[in-house]
Amino acid sequence: MNKEERLIKRYKAEKRFRFYGKAAIFMALLFLVVFLTKIFSTGYTAFQKTWLVIPVNYNADLLYLDPDKKPTTEDINDADFYEFGIETFITLDPDASEDQIMELKKMFAFTFERELKYYLLDNPDSFGKTVDVKLTASDDLDQVFKGNYPRDIPENRRRASDYQLKIFDKLNEDGRVISEFNASFFTNADSREAELAGIASSFMGSLFSILVCLSIAFPVALLAAVYLEEFAPKNRFTDFIEVNINNLAAVPSIVFGLLGLGVLLAVFGLPRSTPLVGGITLSLMTLPTIIIAARASLKAVPPSIREAALAMGASRMQTTMHHTVPLALPGTLSGTIIGLAQALGETAPLILIGMVAFVNTIPGTPMDPAASLPVQIYIWAESAERGFVEKVSACIMVLLFFLIFMNLGAQLIRHKFEKKWN
Amino acid sequence: MNSVIFLTIVLLALSSYFFGRKKAILIQSNKRLTALPKFYGYYLAIWCGAPAFLLYALWSIFEPSIVRFFILSDYSSQGLLEGELNLFYEKVKSLSRNQYSGELTAELQRSAEKYLNFRDIAKWSKVVIVLSLLIASTGYAYTKISNNTKTREPVEIFLKGVFFLSSLAAILTTIGIIFSLLFQTIEFFQVIPLFDFVFGMHWYPAKAFVRDASEALDPSMYSDTFGAVPIFAGTFFIALIAMCVAIPIGLLSGIYMAEYASKRLRQYAKPVIEILAGIPTVVYGFFAALTVGPFLKDLGLSLGLEVSAESALAAGGVMGIMIIPFISSLSDDVITSVPQNLRDGSYAMGATKSETIKRVIIPAALPGIVGSILLGVSRAIGETMIVVMASGLAANLTLNPLESTSTITAQIVVILIGDQQFGDPKTQAAFALGLSLFIVTLVLNIVALSVVKKYREKYE
Repeated sequence: MNKEERLIKRYKAEKRFRFYGKAAIFMALLFLVVFLTKIFSTGYTAFQKTWLVIPVNYNADLLYLDPDKKPTTEDINDADFYEFGIETFITLDPDASEDQIMELKKMFAFTFERELKYYLLDNPDSFGKTVDVKLTASDDLDQVFKGNYPRDIPENRRRASDYQLKIFDKLNEDGRVISEFNASFFTNADSREAELAGIASSFMGSLFSILVCLSIAFPVALLAAVYLEEFAPKNRFTDFIEVNINNLAAVPSIVFGLLGLGVLLAVFGLPRSTPLVGGITLSLMTLPTIIIAARASLKAVPPSIREAALAMGASRMQTTMHHTVPLALPGTLSGTIIGLAQALGETAPLILIGMVAFVNTIPGTPMDPAASLPVQIYIWAESAERGFVEKVSACIMVLLFFLIFMNLGAQLIRHKFEKKWN
Repeated sequence: MNSVIFLTIVLLALSSYFFGRKKAILIQSNKRLTALPKFYGYYLAIWCGAPAFLLYALWSIFEPSIVRFFILSDYSSQGLLEGELNLFYEKVKSLSRNQYSGELTAELQRSAEKYLNFRDIAKWSKVVIVLSLLIASTGYAYTKISNNTKTREPVEIFLKGVFFLSSLAAILTTIGIIFSLLFQTIEFFQVIPLFDFVFGMHWYPAKAFVRDASEALDPSMYSDTFGAVPIFAGTFFIALIAMCVAIPIGLLSGIYMAEYASKRLRQYAKPVIEILAGIPTVVYGFFAALTVGPFLKDLGLSLGLEVSAESALAAGGVMGIMIIPFISSLSDDVITSVPQNLRDGSYAMGATKSETIKRVIIPAALPGIVGSILLGVSRAIGETMIVVMASGLAANLTLNPLESTSTITAQIVVILIGDQQFGDPKTQAAFALGLSLFIVTLVLNIVALSVVKKYREKYE
């Protein structure tokens, strides 16, 4: 091999190496893109809800009400809307057999009773008339309409039967299947039925946990950072505290869950499954993150500021509280937000302290049992029904939205309020 | 009741701030003060709030056990076991809340009455004693305030004390972790021999069904149940798969970012890659279970391989993607901090850029890179949700990445999800796994951090 050839070989190696580097970055970005497209493409349909608009005859006889008198609210509340609903569904196919009637009923969410009742309560004038009423479609038909269920597989492997599909297609031809923005996804609590399940309960659970976490972790971490940066004597004990903080930052989150279970629940007897315990557990986890961020921004305040204040006769405490801490606050706050964003996405410790319970009420205080957004993702992802897959993706989209929002907020605070010292 | 006392203390402390300041301002009209009037306010507020709050907190902590002691002192002579006393006390408590539905005995009724009585006495004496301490300490401080009282120093010492206590939170958390893990683990090893746990080859915690409390604990019942070898092996195996994905991609992109990338690419690509680190792990878990697992299964079928839908490969691969940014940004930092003169020296000898990187920069940065990889490994071992959702829950001892295995974290979740019964070997096993996880990650972190620190000191 002569010199020329060797040189060519070396340059080729150079090019190859550079290509590997580019390929690695490309791969990492590709993963992100694939990942986000997958989530968005499966999730966006959850923001649409399928309704079936069917003609309903609010006939007095069917409701066992007096036809001559206008019914009061109480009368309507007492009336039996289950039988009435069944009778209404039969009008879709008057020749339906017993089994087919049950299938007709299953085309609708089980809340049809309530929906029929509330329509009459809101529109008392429709009593005795035939009107079009919007009813929530069952999640099987919802999925069929959104194209998430293949229709061409054999009937016994399908959730929606041929008969249901026939009626559904007839309704669709008449323009009686409509798709609207799914507001109930944001206002409903969790439910076993995919078409009714919403994120309101887990959202409130997350909100309460984060608030508890913030109100504990932020003050404690800020004060600890101030102590370590401004007052702590240089001795072994201080070093020990520092080592502790650095190690805690790297402890797996599930260990904090064990701490919550073994100490907060078992020893202190705090109530299980509540955002209070979840928030305390998360605050212990975010504490080191915030302390490290706060110390970094305290360190960044130049000593000249402190010396100037001391020279003017301020005490150490006054120098710290009036000058150093306010100047370090933007950096601390942005570190806090980043820590809270981590806590918001955390799942494992919350599972261990029991925040995976099925909660179909919206919690009003941090002492009520609740789930949280990431735990909701876990619960729905473990559920077998196809209707929950899009819900999981939609819930992930909501969670990612908040995380991006918080991280942008942290960036903004840092850029806008932090003083640059040069 | 408790929140009322708490709020009263806070409100009184706040108002005493104004009293203190007012007195100081009055003094100021004819004498010179030694501190600003607001320090007199703080001084009084602290004297008002701190002792009362401390007493209130201590009282609340010790009240239940003292009441328990008094109630049970009647029965201590009967030679009952600890568990029976506990059961009796629980019955007394539920009876006093009118929630008791068992057999009523005269003894129980008498104790419940006594319990209610004690609780009442305790409640009111708490109010009275806390409030009188508050009044006494405030009064003492108020009369002490004069023009030459030192107020700033005590206030600042108090604040410093509060700051110091906050900094102990980290130590308390560590102690809490060690205490909760160790306590349960020791109980676990009293039933299951340590040897069986560390070297046992079979892990079937489901076999350890919940035992009746009255039944005696029979260790032989648990032989071949809690052998953790398959779990440890699965954990390291999945971490290994993850590192096979994360190390090449993370390291190469870190090198490219540090040495080749233009400023613009760095500015945009770096934060975008770091997004991967900010995505919650439950989301990765869902992605692995819904997309990657079935994809690998179909791919395997078309190649004639049998791939489990919950293969170690799917979980490990997705975990690797999650770890890429940790390795890439840390190694990027480490490489950037290699001094420029090393590069210049190498170029001057005629080396190409890639030769410089491979022969000079990477050897120089090696400790830092190793540190970043170790941190990545520690993350992979501690990662929970991806494994819980995408990998199997049965502990197979296998080295085939296409089969499913389980990890320490996944087993902890499997055991502890739903209702736990403390004192059951199954629950304790989860804590024993947690302790081993804690020790492994702690060692990895300490080694990694010290390696990185040494490396930094070398070039700074």
